[in-house]
Amino acid sequence: MSTLTTPRVETPVPAPGLTTAGREARRTKFLQWVAVHSLAIAAALFFVLPFVFVALTAVMSDQQALTRDLWPDSWHWGNLRTVWETPGFLTWWKNTLMYAVLGTVLTLLSSIPVAYALARFKFRGRNLAMMLVISTMMLPPQVVIVPMYLFWAKELHLSGTLWPLIIPMAFTDAFSIFLLRQFLLTIPKEYVDAAKVDGCGDFRALVRIILPMAKPAIAAVALFQFFYCWNDYFGPQIYASENAAAWTLSYGLESFKGAHHTNWNLTMAATLLVMAPVIILFFFAQKAFIEGVTLTGVKG
Amino acid sequence: MMSTATISPGLRHKRRRERLRNLAFLSPWLIGVSVFFLYPLASTVYFSFMKYDGFTPPVWTGLKNWSYVFTDYPFFWPALRNTLWLVIIMVTLRVLFGLGIGMLITKVKTGAGLFRTMFYLPYLAPPVAATMAFAFLLNPGTGPVNNILGRLGLPQPGWFNDPAWSKPALTLLAIWGIGDLMVIFMASLLDVPLEQYEASSLDGANAWQRFVHVTLPNIQPIVLFAVITGVIQTMQYYTQPLIAGKVASGVIGGSGQQFEPGYPDKSTLTLPQLVYNLGFQRFDTGGASVIALVLFVLAMVFTAILMRRGSGFLATDD
Repeated sequence: MSTLTTPRVETPVPAPGLTTAGREARRTKFLQWVAVHSLAIAAALFFVLPFVFVALTAVMSDQQALTRDLWPDSWHWGNLRTVWETPGFLTWWKNTLMYAVLGTVLTLLSSIPVAYALARFKFRGRNLAMMLVISTMMLPPQVVIVPMYLFWAKELHLSGTLWPLIIPMAFTDAFSIFLLRQFLLTIPKEYVDAAKVDGCGDFRALVRIILPMAKPAIAAVALFQFFYCWNDYFGPQIYASENAAAWTLSYGLESFKGAHHTNWNLTMAATLLVMAPVIILFFFAQKAFIEGVTLTGVKG
Repeated sequence: MMSTATISPGLRHKRRRERLRNLAFLSPWLIGVSVFFLYPLASTVYFSFMKYDGFTPPVWTGLKNWSYVFTDYPFFWPALRNTLWLVIIMVTLRVLFGLGIGMLITKVKTGAGLFRTMFYLPYLAPPVAATMAFAFLLNPGTGPVNNILGRLGLPQPGWFNDPAWSKPALTLLAIWGIGDLMVIFMASLLDVPLEQYEASSLDGANAWQRFVHVTLPNIQPIVLFAVITGVIQTMQYYTQPLIAGKVASGVIGGSGQQFEPGYPDKSTLTLPQLVYNLGFQRFDTGGASVIALVLFVLAMVFTAILMRRGSGFLATDD
C-alpha cells in the first residue's frame, strides 16, 4: 500500500494574478475536497457513534440507562469497576487469554512448515492438498460439530474445558496456511537455493532465511488467530457452557446481561470492557492488520 | 544398457529423503485434516441415516431424518429462506458499501489515516459485544437510534423486535463491520494503473465512464472474491442472529424461559442455529447431521465457484 492519494491528471498550478480558467480549476478542486471530506465525516459518524453511545450509556446511572437519554446526567465511572469486580469476570478474562495465546502459538508452530511445503516443495497431490485447504477454510464449523463434540466429550471426557478448541490448533488452521502460503510464494526461490549451496538444510533454511522475511505475514496470521479465539462464541458455547469456570468473555458477556437484566448501563460497561483489548491491540498493530487483510484479498 | 528402472542409488536416496521431508513438513496438516475434517465429515454422513440421541446406541433409520428435516421440521425452510434473503440483500449491500467506502478513502486527502482507522475498527469488535451494543442502540423503547429518529420526526421501527425489521437490523450491523472489505477494495483500487485513467480522460470519458470502463474491469476479481466469501460467511451466520434474538426476546436478561430460535417469528433463523438446536438442545443427532450436510453442500458449491473463477487471486504456482 503506497500513498492514499487519488490518481489524478495534474493541472498546472496557476500563477498569482491568474486567468479565469485557472481560478475555475482551483475552485472545482476545492469543492471536490469539501465534498469528499463531508462524505467521509458523515461515514465516520456512522462507524464511530455506536461506540460513543455505548460508552456514554456505560457511565449512566441505573435509572437513566432505562430512559432514551443520550447524555449522562452524572458520570458513574464506578460502573466499570462494578463490572470488573463481578464474580467470574476475571476468570473469563483469563480463560479467553489462555485460549487466544495458546491457540495462536500452536497455530503458528504447526501452520508455518505446512504453508512452506505447499508453497515450495514439488510433490504429487500438491494441488489437491491446496484445494482441501481452501475447502476446509470455507467450511462452516457447524458441519462437523456434532461428531467432534461426541469425540471430545465421550471419548476424551474433555467437555467443560477449552481444550477441545485449543488442541486442534496444534494440527494447523486452514486460513493461516492459506494466508502464509500466499505470502511465501512472493519470496524469490533464489534465497533458499543460495543457502542450500552453502550447506543449509530445508528446516534451517526455513527458520533462518524465510521466517525473518515472512515477518509481516506471520504477524498478520498471529493477530487474526488471536482475534478469532478472542471473539469466538460458538466454540466456547459448545464445549465450555456447562462449566462456568471455563467460560470466555464472549460467552460470559451473554450471561452477564442475564445476571443484570435491567441494567443496560452495566451491560454496556461490560461490552466496552470486552471490546477494549481488541481496540488497544489494533492501535499497536494497525499495519499488520491491514497487511493481513490485503494479503488475503489481493496478493497473487 | 542402463534402463530408467535402475536410477543411480544416489538419486533414489535423494528422492526418498525428499519424500520423507515433504511428509515431515506436512504431517501436522495431514493429521489435522484427517482427524478434524475427514473423519467427522464421514461421521456426519453416517449419523444422518441413524436415529441417535447421543446416549443410547444409534439405530439405522434410512432416510427418515432427511424427510423429517425437509417436510416436518418447521424451522428448516424459514432458515433457508432467511439465508437467501441475507445472501441477496446483506451481501450485496456489504459489497457495495465496502467498495464505496474503499473509493471514498482513496480520495480523502486530509486525515486519511484517521478516517481509515475509524472505518476499520468496528470490524474488529467481538461479534457478541457488537450485537449486544446494537441490540441496545436499536432497542425500540430505550435505544438512542429511535430517540434520534423520533426527534427528526422519522418513523421508529421495531428493529430486532419486528419480523419485518430484524433482518434489516442485522444488515445494518453487518455494514457497520465492513472494515475488511474496505481494506481489500482500497488496496485493489490503488493497484489500478494510472495510465488507464489518463488515457480514458484524454478520450473524454467522465467520472462514471472511467469507473465502468477502467475501475470495474480492474477490480473485478476482488469483487468476485468479496461476493463469494460473503456468501460463505452468510452460510455460517450464527452468533449475531442468535444473540440479537435472545436479547430482543428477553431470554437474556428476562424471565429465562426456553429460547425458541429465530425470534421474532423465525425471522432471524439461520442453518447453523438449527444444527445447535437439533443436535445440542433436542438431542437429535440425526436431524442435526442432515442440516450440517445441507450446509456442507451449499458451502462447497460456492467454494467450487470461487476456485474456478478465482484463479486471479488464488496464487497457484510460481
